[in-house]
Amino acid sequence: MSTTEGRAPGQADEARRRGAFSSRRVFILAAIGSAVGLGNIWRFPYVAYENGGGAFVVPYLVALLTAGIPFLLLDYAIGHRHRGSAPLSFARLRRGTEGLGWWQVGICFVIAVYYAAVIAWALRYTFFSLDEAWGADPEGFFFGEFLQAGDVEVTADIVPGVLVPLLLVWLAVLVIMALGVQRGIGATSLVFIPVLVLAFAVLVVQALFLEGAAAGLDALFTPDWSALASAPVWAAAFGQIFFSLSIGFGIMITYASYVGRREDMIGSGLVVGFSNSGFELLAGIGVFAALGFMAQAGGVAVGEVASDGIGLAFIAFPTIISEAPAGALLGVLFFGSLVIAGVTSLVSVIEVVISAVRDKLDTGRLTATLLVGVPAAVLSLVLFSTTSGIYVLDVVDHFVNQYGILVVALVSMLIVAWVLRALTGLGDHLNVHGRPRVGAGWRVLVSLVAPVGLALVLVFALRDDLAAPYEDYPTWLLVVCGWALVLALPLVGFLLARLPWHAGTHLDGPPPGSDPATPLHATTATDPAPRDRPGTGHDEGGHR
Amino acid sequence: MSAAAIVMMVVAMVVIWGGLALAITSLLRHGAVEDRAENRHRDR
Repeated sequence: MSTTEGRAPGQADEARRRGAFSSRRVFILAAIGSAVGLGNIWRFPYVAYENGGGAFVVPYLVALLTAGIPFLLLDYAIGHRHRGSAPLSFARLRRGTEGLGWWQVGICFVIAVYYAAVIAWALRYTFFSLDEAWGADPEGFFFGEFLQAGDVEVTADIVPGVLVPLLLVWLAVLVIMALGVQRGIGATSLVFIPVLVLAFAVLVVQALFLEGAAAGLDALFTPDWSALASAPVWAAAFGQIFFSLSIGFGIMITYASYVGRREDMIGSGLVVGFSNSGFELLAGIGVFAALGFMAQAGGVAVGEVASDGIGLAFIAFPTIISEAPAGALLGVLFFGSLVIAGVTSLVSVIEVVISAVRDKLDTGRLTATLLVGVPAAVLSLVLFSTTSGIYVLDVVDHFVNQYGILVVALVSMLIVAWVLRALTGLGDHLNVHGRPRVGAGWRVLVSLVAPVGLALVLVFALRDDLAAPYEDYPTWLLVVCGWALVLALPLVGFLLARLPWHAGTHLDGPPPGSDPATPLHATTATDPAPRDRPGTGHDEGGHR
Repeated sequence: MSAAAIVMMVVAMVVIWGGLALAITSLLRHGAVEDRAENRHRDR
């Protein structure tokens, strides 16, 4: 199917120039690919377990329905209506808010640099699973033999075992990015999201047959109703939904700008939101069934072995793989799933940056891919294939999530809702083809409930980080890779916004001909924008 | 597994996976009308 089939003439030009998803199905799979990442697999199960177990279902669903999906729809509306990358969409919404878009672009660049490293580790561990290379001491192997992590310091000692897979990850990702929106991102999602769901489903079935699986599920789902009265539990629910859905930092704005103007973005958003949570639930069942087996084998309680993040993936799971029957299969499925979930998220993060560069400089896709991808890959290789990689990664990840993504999301949401008062127009845009329609309820959720939920998450994060240094890292590391970084990102963002757009960029409101109510085959005689004329820019996928 | 844990697991599955099924059904039902209209245009 061509990328321009079934689109109005002006839309066909736009699709060829900027790139577009060929259908709603491809967009939904790409958006699921972005939302389903490492956090679904290694963060959700432990967050749920720690915050009330079965009772966590209540705040989690409340957060999904009152903040997650409404915010997702806001992102969709901004991108779909303004047909641009995050900076261009914000510039078209109101010229002065372009910096918010570049702030989001900066965050995405930083995330891409370190996210690739974790995927590289998972890639290596997919193969380690075959012969259980970690032997009897997975923890010692991970930090010692594999990462060769020494004292907390920044070094230039290269670790070849990380460098090579990291290089491979970057090569694969750059090829995907160079192929474009449909042939790269779309095609990758179309193939790998079904593979991911299938692989993880097999893993869950295998985990459920392990001895002790029921004890693991019992630990995960036994409700602690007193948790519902705890503010940190509610903050954890809003935080999990928010970080898991890939909202608020440009990804969904960018992806939505590649969707045909007559598509149902509300219905699509509901499918994406529930798919993300559906996968999280599947991951929770698989992970805790496996942890139940690990606890049973070690003769301890599930609480003793429950963990999240790097500890869960690279220490607990290798232990499980070594002890479980058909452990190699379990390992390949688990780490392979991490790689796929990671790559489909990484491409979405980089696309935010590439799309912004293309819009601002009017470059072809290959040029923009190299302009963005090469520096990102080099930085990634320099910072994370050394013996100090894991400490830098841990600090950057923590700070850029808590005070990068969370703050830019909160600030941009408040500005759009309260300063620009743009929610009515954005809601009307969604309602042209969207069902069920959004109305005053959605506006209240986006302007009040979601910001309060996110502010709660931010307050608890700040309280913890000010009370004690994060993970007891030295102050210089926290200042340089943490606080200074997150403070620099908005400054850089608003500086980049001062750079001029190339001549002819439409900046005042949605571009001409972008009204979704326009009949499909209407002529575009009233479409004078130079950017919408064929041949003014660089075609998607066709480099001149 | 305790009864309470089983109940909460089933509740989570029904609400989240059921919600997903509902969302897909609703999108297909609404989207199908759009697609048919677009196909008619294309065929001309």
